[in-house]
Amino acid sequence: MKQNRTLFVGFTLVAFSVLSMLVGWLWTPYDPLEMNPDVSFAPPSMSHLLGTDVFGRDVLSNIMIGSRSTLVVALVSVLIGVVLGSVVGVATALAPAKARQLSVFGIDIVLALPSVLFAIVLAAVYGASTLTATIAIGIALSAAIAQVTRRETSQVLRSDYVAAAKVSGSGTGQIIRLHVLPNILPSLLVQASGAVAIAILAESTLSYLGLGTTPPTPSWGRMLAESQKYLLVDPIVALWPGLVIVLTVLGFNLIGDGLRQSLDPTMKRDAK
Amino acid sequence: MSLLEVNNLTVSFGEHHVVRNVSFAVQPGEQLGIIGESGSGKSLSMLAIMGLLPDGATVSGSVLFDGKELPQHTDSEMSKFRGKHIGMVFQDPLASLNPLMTIGKQVAQPLINHKIASRKIARQRATELCSLVGLPEPQRMVESYPHQLSGGQRQRVGLAIALACSPSLLIADEPTTALDVTVQQEVLQAIRGLAAAQGTSLIFVSHDLPVVASMVNRVLVLHEGAVVENTSKDQLLRAPQHPHTQRIVASAKQSSALLRQATQSSAQ
Repeated sequence: MKQNRTLFVGFTLVAFSVLSMLVGWLWTPYDPLEMNPDVSFAPPSMSHLLGTDVFGRDVLSNIMIGSRSTLVVALVSVLIGVVLGSVVGVATALAPAKARQLSVFGIDIVLALPSVLFAIVLAAVYGASTLTATIAIGIALSAAIAQVTRRETSQVLRSDYVAAAKVSGSGTGQIIRLHVLPNILPSLLVQASGAVAIAILAESTLSYLGLGTTPPTPSWGRMLAESQKYLLVDPIVALWPGLVIVLTVLGFNLIGDGLRQSLDPTMKRDAK
Repeated sequence: MSLLEVNNLTVSFGEHHVVRNVSFAVQPGEQLGIIGESGSGKSLSMLAIMGLLPDGATVSGSVLFDGKELPQHTDSEMSKFRGKHIGMVFQDPLASLNPLMTIGKQVAQPLINHKIASRKIARQRATELCSLVGLPEPQRMVESYPHQLSGGQRQRVGLAIALACSPSLLIADEPTTALDVTVQQEVLQAIRGLAAAQGTSLIFVSHDLPVVASMVNRVLVLHEGAVVENTSKDQLLRAPQHPHTQRIVASAKQSSALLRQATQSSAQ
């Protein structure tokens, strides 16, 4: 029951941010880009539920619209990272010694390159956009995931049960499908849920540097970056984007944790 | 014709020869014991027969099964052979079962691998195999995971997997070393009984002379990667030839004498 509760809380938190994104598509309390100097730094009230920022823009509307770039970038880049990372990781572990060394070397090089640097290169070539930021984050994540996946896969491949599977006539395809993937899945889930957090923060960093979501399109990261300048004037404006980032990241982490537990039969309490 | 014939098998890692010119044969229905201390090349010889040596090992010599040389260098050809003609039971039954797969699926897998049965029939056969190797409540057992079983039960599952395709040769590599002494005998009986019932030849690998002696008729003694003695069990126990074999036999006799002495002194 415990992992169900973890999953439930995680799903609730994520559902909340996804819902705010979906509703934002149809309706927002105000035009998120509409400036109104008269109500600059208005405190939370009935007319502006979360108050307004320096330009008098409605914070709630901005958070609803901002979730679009933040969540889409985070989820798509994690998807790129997990798919690319696990394919490269498993393939590297299975490759013959020479190719494996070469691939490990390649993974290390990508890992050594800061994702920001990579995003700068991509932005320089293709122009700064949400897409280049997504790809840059995805590739940076995939290197880290590939490294862990390679190690986990080699561990599984060295295990006695894989030797036993080979002895009973299983081919490489079956070993990957029946033994490697199910056994690396828990670690992949944990990495993916951690990666969502990294991706949300990376998107914020890149947007802050002007390499991701370009103004005036709002994103949680850009809101946080902008409100940071006025932290001493009105700290509460920085609270809202920070809070939604923290809660969403927490939600994804709880989902990852809950899924990992429910996938592991040895962690089921009511073992038959 | 011998069922299995191993000629001048040599396994080396670089300059280091770990199995040296090992030759032996197993006749249909015969039980052969292979004895030697750890590092004597017992397990590596068995892996070499199955074509499953670790990376970096080079192998020479030939392995003939039913008169045909095994294609050990082509992995896809070997996987059609493994499990179908030779089954193998491993030392550590928990480590040799996938922790995330039910027992039923793992027992059914060899049948599916070799296209002997459809998935559905293989699952039914798995239940039968579980009951054949003496697992209690086979219907429930096939839905269980390895961690829910006792050590002896897990090794019976290993035996069910090894015998799933009714191979003509069963290799048991230290199958009881990781088990409690009290369940060792039960598992040994199961192996002996099923091998005899199915007419399966047996290669029983162990470092434990009394266990080997209870299982087989003929014994091969390995020492530092080479065969030092290949003789009948009776001959080995009565008159061991090689000094290493003499030491093994003497120490086994000594420990049973010590046990007898201790029993007598506690009875007094």
